[in-house]
Amino acid sequence: MTEQVRREAIRVIGVGNAWRGDDAVGLLAARRLRDQLDSSIEVMEAEGDGLALLDLMEGANHVLLIDAIKGGGRPGTCVRLDVSTECRWGPVVPSSTHAMGIAESIELARALDRLPKQVVVYGVEIESVESGAPLSPAVCDGLDLVVEMVMKDIERTGCTNCI
Amino acid sequence: MSEGKDNNLPEKEPQTRTIAIGTIARVEGEGALRITVKDGEVRDVELRIFEPPRYFEAFLVGRHYAEVPDIVARICGICPVAYQMSAVHALEQAFGVQVSGPLRELRRLLYCAEWIESHALHVYMLHAPDFLGYPSGIEMAKDHRDAVTRGLKLKKAGNRLLTLLGGRSVHPVSVKVGGFSRVPTRHELQGLTDELLWARDAAVETVRWVAGFEKPAFRQDYTVAALAPEGEYPFNEGPIKSNHGLHIDAPHFEKHFVERQVAYSTALQSTLEGESYLAGPMARLQLNAARLSPLAKLAWEETGVGLPILNPFNAIVARSVEILFAFEEALRVIREYEPPREASVPVVPRAGVGMACTEAPRGLLYHRYAVDKDGIIQEAKIVPPTSQNQRRIENDLRAFVPQVLNLSTKEAALACERIIRCYDPCISCATHFLRLDISEASE
Repeated sequence: MTEQVRREAIRVIGVGNAWRGDDAVGLLAARRLRDQLDSSIEVMEAEGDGLALLDLMEGANHVLLIDAIKGGGRPGTCVRLDVSTECRWGPVVPSSTHAMGIAESIELARALDRLPKQVVVYGVEIESVESGAPLSPAVCDGLDLVVEMVMKDIERTGCTNCI
Repeated sequence: MSEGKDNNLPEKEPQTRTIAIGTIARVEGEGALRITVKDGEVRDVELRIFEPPRYFEAFLVGRHYAEVPDIVARICGICPVAYQMSAVHALEQAFGVQVSGPLRELRRLLYCAEWIESHALHVYMLHAPDFLGYPSGIEMAKDHRDAVTRGLKLKKAGNRLLTLLGGRSVHPVSVKVGGFSRVPTRHELQGLTDELLWARDAAVETVRWVAGFEKPAFRQDYTVAALAPEGEYPFNEGPIKSNHGLHIDAPHFEKHFVERQVAYSTALQSTLEGESYLAGPMARLQLNAARLSPLAKLAWEETGVGLPILNPFNAIVARSVEILFAFEEALRVIREYEPPREASVPVVPRAGVGMACTEAPRGLLYHRYAVDKDGIIQEAKIVPPTSQNQRRIENDLRAFVPQVLNLSTKEAALACERIIRCYDPCISCATHFLRLDISEASE
């Protein structure tokens, strides 16, 4: 696998808000992965406008998205959701423009036929989104875990079609 | 999202019916609506805004004037430029500073970018689904791929313009009292021309597209208020006028526009001479149609909507005409641009009070600052457009609800939501995380 092919193939995108406590976990994971991953794999950070995600995914075959989630689980728990072929988050009806998060962006990309071949979402269950707060201890563990999950998925395969 | 009881009450009995929208969908921020009807008459209409109060006016106090543009930008992720523009114009008024020539033009250009971003998002993703019968922009995109793709490209053109001028597409960092921290080169701006030309044509198509939507029959006699300067469509300057003879400058704003508290909402409600009024694209267009750019004027005339605009469902037409205007104006500014020698004019603080009104995408945005001799903020007051339109939305609903009383409560609630969305209310900014039901866990 040449570096060039991998660069085109895999893109890691960390999503979050750096100033809202645990919501930063996706960004922090992306920063850590940038240090650990081969430089041929693109690592991006996405803050703010959810619609921007459509453009950030453009041109990649495999997108690995890391974001904070609120799913009712224990803080720090990590989930892996392959959303490449079907919507897996129930009906997606945005209730706010700012909350146009990754679920809405991915479903919009799917509707517009702009979804990359494979999109895997890694979610870290969060606890608090207090302004200016650091990650809560449980989510710090979740950060370690999600970085490990992404690294393993990429290393395990070493190829681009079976993350 | 809607919730409410079914409309299965026995007829002829005196009855009380409540139409409740728990969370209003496709508006910015957190809001809810409660309407009570008794014996076929609307008793109460309460637009509840339950965003927590944000205290911006309080924590601006004690800050240096130079910090204000960056602080107020954080009030909104959709219209940060509006907050920055009202702030810098108010502070410049306090300090006796005039910003003219290319710097003034660049401020208009920056505002074009924000109107484009904000309006394109609302027209295509938030409002059009109401007219075409979809619960969301995502559902609409499945059947109207070309239109949604066009809308997203229009918004992106606005993002690129804002990024070039402001350093990033949200919460720009280049605005300062006296001008900018950096101004673009001619070459940089001209690099956007091709994209803006495409977008201008796509904006013409947008106006035609939304003009063709079937609008529910509904009319209101509006009092409208907007900036209405001589010789240009308004962004940053000009007297505040109404269709009922108001003609004042910003320093007199608080004599005529009064905010009041209501128990059910964390946002204040504003009135003009004690009555509700309309701010935003419909108001601006009504008072400034003669000053539209050439294509925008032509496209507006072609729609046949005409003035005054009495049906709030035509707000989508007004908003689309303003998208077209913003692209034409952006192209004009870029074509005529001669970079200034300095990116800002000198500012020397002095004790005083400054007020300014500019035209945020959703309407008039008033700022007042009292400053001491060192330029430290002593007092700040901000009147955003949504608090101005809130009472007007309630009055629209009061008049509209009788039309939908024969529908189920759920259907009636959806119809009311559509009225609210005509105003594109921007209730607040929220944090950002994914809500989902987890079906697969690794641990």
